[in-house]
Amino acid sequence: METISSKNLPQDIQNIPADAFQPLNTSTLEERERIAAPSLSFLQDSWRRLKKNKAAVVSMAFLAVIIFISIITIWVSPHNPTQQNVSYINLPPRIPGLDSVNGLNGKTMVAGQLVDKYAQANVPDNVNFYLGTDGLGRDVLSRLFMGTRISLLIAFIAAILDITIGVTYGLISGLFGGRIDTVMQRILEILSGIPNLVIMILMLTIFDPGILSIVLAMVITNWISMARIVRAQTLKLKDQEFVLAAQTLGESRLKIALKHILPNISSVIIVQMMFSIPSAIFFEAFLSFIGLGLRPPTASLGTLLNEGYKTFRFLPYLMWVPAATLSVVMICFNLLADGLRDAFDPKMKE
Amino acid sequence: MEAKKKVLLEVKGLKQYFNVGRKDEVKAVDDISFHIYEGETFGLVGESGSGKSTTGRSVIRLYDPTAGEIIFDGKDISKIRAKKDLQEFRREVQMIFQDPYASLNPRMKVNDIIAEGIDINKLANDEAQRTAKVNELLQVVGLDPSHGTRYPHEFSGGQRQRIGIARALAVDPRFIICDEPISALDVSIQAQVVNLLQDLQKNVGLTYLFIAHDLSMVKHISDRIGVMHSGKLLEMGSSEDVYSFGVHPYTESLLSAIPLPDPEYERNRKRIIYQAPAADNKERKLREITPEHYVYCSEDEVMIYRQKIEAKKAAAQESL
Amino acid sequence: MEKVLEVKDLRISFDTFAGKVNAIRGVSFELFKGETLAIVGESGSGKSVTTRSIMRLLSSNATIDSGEILFKGQDIVRKTEKQMQTIRGKEIAMIFQDPMTSLDPTMPIGKQVAESLIKHNKVSKQEGLTQALELLKLVGIPNAEKRLKNYPHQFSGGQRQRIVIAIALICYPEVLIADEPTTALDVTIQAQILELLKDLQEKISTSIIFITHDLGVVANVADRVAVMYGGRLVEVGTAEEIFYNPQHPYTWGLLGSMPTMEGTEDKLYAIPGSPPDLLDPPKGDAFYPRNEYALKIDAEQEPPYFEVSPTHKAATWLLAPQAPKVTPPAEIVRRWAIYEQRYKKTGGAN
Repeated sequence: METISSKNLPQDIQNIPADAFQPLNTSTLEERERIAAPSLSFLQDSWRRLKKNKAAVVSMAFLAVIIFISIITIWVSPHNPTQQNVSYINLPPRIPGLDSVNGLNGKTMVAGQLVDKYAQANVPDNVNFYLGTDGLGRDVLSRLFMGTRISLLIAFIAAILDITIGVTYGLISGLFGGRIDTVMQRILEILSGIPNLVIMILMLTIFDPGILSIVLAMVITNWISMARIVRAQTLKLKDQEFVLAAQTLGESRLKIALKHILPNISSVIIVQMMFSIPSAIFFEAFLSFIGLGLRPPTASLGTLLNEGYKTFRFLPYLMWVPAATLSVVMICFNLLADGLRDAFDPKMKE
Repeated sequence: MEAKKKVLLEVKGLKQYFNVGRKDEVKAVDDISFHIYEGETFGLVGESGSGKSTTGRSVIRLYDPTAGEIIFDGKDISKIRAKKDLQEFRREVQMIFQDPYASLNPRMKVNDIIAEGIDINKLANDEAQRTAKVNELLQVVGLDPSHGTRYPHEFSGGQRQRIGIARALAVDPRFIICDEPISALDVSIQAQVVNLLQDLQKNVGLTYLFIAHDLSMVKHISDRIGVMHSGKLLEMGSSEDVYSFGVHPYTESLLSAIPLPDPEYERNRKRIIYQAPAADNKERKLREITPEHYVYCSEDEVMIYRQKIEAKKAAAQESL
Repeated sequence: MEKVLEVKDLRISFDTFAGKVNAIRGVSFELFKGETLAIVGESGSGKSVTTRSIMRLLSSNATIDSGEILFKGQDIVRKTEKQMQTIRGKEIAMIFQDPMTSLDPTMPIGKQVAESLIKHNKVSKQEGLTQALELLKLVGIPNAEKRLKNYPHQFSGGQRQRIVIAIALICYPEVLIADEPTTALDVTIQAQILELLKDLQEKISTSIIFITHDLGVVANVADRVAVMYGGRLVEVGTAEEIFYNPQHPYTWGLLGSMPTMEGTEDKLYAIPGSPPDLLDPPKGDAFYPRNEYALKIDAEQEPPYFEVSPTHKAATWLLAPQAPKVTPPAEIVRRWAIYEQRYKKTGGAN
């Protein structure tokens, strides 16, 4: 920008009317203290950031669909998942309308020749098993829905216990500090030293195998990492000035934990919970697979894998299907958790 | 000089040690005594590690003092533990913090932040009264009631500091400890906040303990000043006494290190470097050298300091 | 005097969720050899953005919309990242505010100081360490030989800043940008560091751009001063001119808001309001909402630079011939009197 000296005033400056040089009544308080940007709470702001992450959005959509189907199929299912039908065993998938696609039309290769298994088993034309049937004649697709539902149920129960026990433990340990903290941490270390499998087997000797025993095993071990993380965050926040301010106002310790600490660590808790769900799903699947978890006829992704792997050589789809579902669910949760962590991270703020 | 004023806060022999008995024991505040009159501003000045912030936090009972007495309005509050007594104290004494970005809960709306004290002490009977009080406080500190529904991150540093002041005022305290309230603010905003604090003091009748490291600003706002270093009070007196006639070597080094917005002065300024004196067995404490002007020294040093002060006053008279 | 750096009409904007923020709105200045130019401004004025743009270290959502940064006859704005890497640390160096985070906590300081030299001047590791030792002695680290292998956490805050200065100066850069280097330090340490910088400036003959909001520090170090507000330079001049003959109401506000030595004032002159929201800057002069001396034209048209002396210019309509004569705050009147007395008589700055 050119500097103007009073000796060579440009014409356009000279021409400014004298009126323009009258004093301006400076604006009111409102104008000065004006905030232009729209008001966004922390959650709204994070949601906006999350939406930008394509992988997380896709995962969220996938999971929403899967969860929706899992719930709907309690009442509406293609076939009864536990009903056995000896005449319909090991049928390949048949999807109406895809008659030309081998593998999805009810036909498989037997000794080099394409055989219509459905015709062989005298299955009526309007009865279709979209993913085929298993060794006991049960519809794989329906069992998949049931399996996914139960696996997700177990995972959510685990997540809720994670939060309830883990967060409370971590908060108390972090807020009280001192000797209480030391004792609580030592207890944690002892608990985490015991292998999950050992606890599982102990549960089995006391309880019958089933949802209860798996959930109890998770209760004892899975909340530990949440407790540790919550404690670390609490310790960090404890010395922040806004917490000190609450103390000088006379706020009780409980209120400080609920009003000041918890909301500020909620993002960490949510992310940790999201990450713990896939590992809980996998834990259950693993246990059921090795026979320590749920037992048939209850279907879970793990039992389905167990049944499927026995006939893997001949009927691979009996194992591929639950394996693929398990993988997709776990990947989606992981991607979503990843996306949430980035969305919550305040360093991304401008 | 005004008539004998009432002492609102008296601190006697305050010690605040951390990790007592362990290898990493820290004597943050090591036996200090001072008093603050009602209605005045007492400035506590020092560099990092001097113990000034710890002093403030001990007085407001964020810590339990290791030793000593803190007598507020006639009552020793250093040892009270009963919730009811402590809560009474917490209505009378409040604190403003240094970091405008950390002193407000980022997840709470401004209304709720300011009303926290009102809620705890049940000072409002219903929602309408609560809102009215909050809006009044917002206006007192120069903000708009519409700002109440926003979150702290939407405000500038100076505005956040004013929200912090409103929060402290919500319980109608008599005494406010200002822990470096302007250090993190821009220069022009510092002036706004300082002016606001002074106005409030006049209108509401507040007493301040103003903790800071900026000696010029402390001198401007304080009636009396205390200089701290390594947990001890080294000099105490009226702001004029300390700023213009400070005689403790540390005070002198501090004064000589402050840059002023005056190039001529800066060109000629000679910095005095403080050397902590060699340990000798003389007993040192805060002794009154001239009326209301105290210096941390031993018995035999009193005379030296008195002469020093008189020399400085004489020199000042001459240059007038 | 030889020009080392010239910034011409720089305009930079940031892309945020709320819209485009025009952070730098036409900044031009020069840096002469061997001088210290102080850029003074408050938060949001754009001083850090300006200097980061010289180093081309802006964040990914920033765009240099237009303008030039001329260094050694070439435009830095047009350089590639690879080209910038040969300039950064070698010809233009930068030191930041927080010595805690400016140093790598896992690397011994000797290695950190030598790193820059080894990379830019291609010397051997041994030679690098030798030079590093020299520089550490130069910046006043006691027992430097023994401390080459120490880590940053073993030094005090003031010493860490000295090490940071050593790293910056080891390649004898032409330009040193110091972004609030003493703001985080105690006042006695600050005085030491400022003395050190002035001392080193002579020895290494580097030109310094010193960013700060502390006018006392400016008076201590600066030869010339540029006052920044709302993304523009509102007043530029020598230190004497800015401190004793300020012409822009914002400069008046800054000087008036500091307590004086005499301490006779009852209230500080406080500029009302907050720095402008550059998301939605006001039309005309960005300072007008807070300017008690604003004229009607300030709300319509941005003021050009008016010349006060060959070395002093200010962007305020108050300097237009048609503008009324205003009385600035008492503190400024006092300073003008000093200027009249000391400088007008001798016919120019000392």
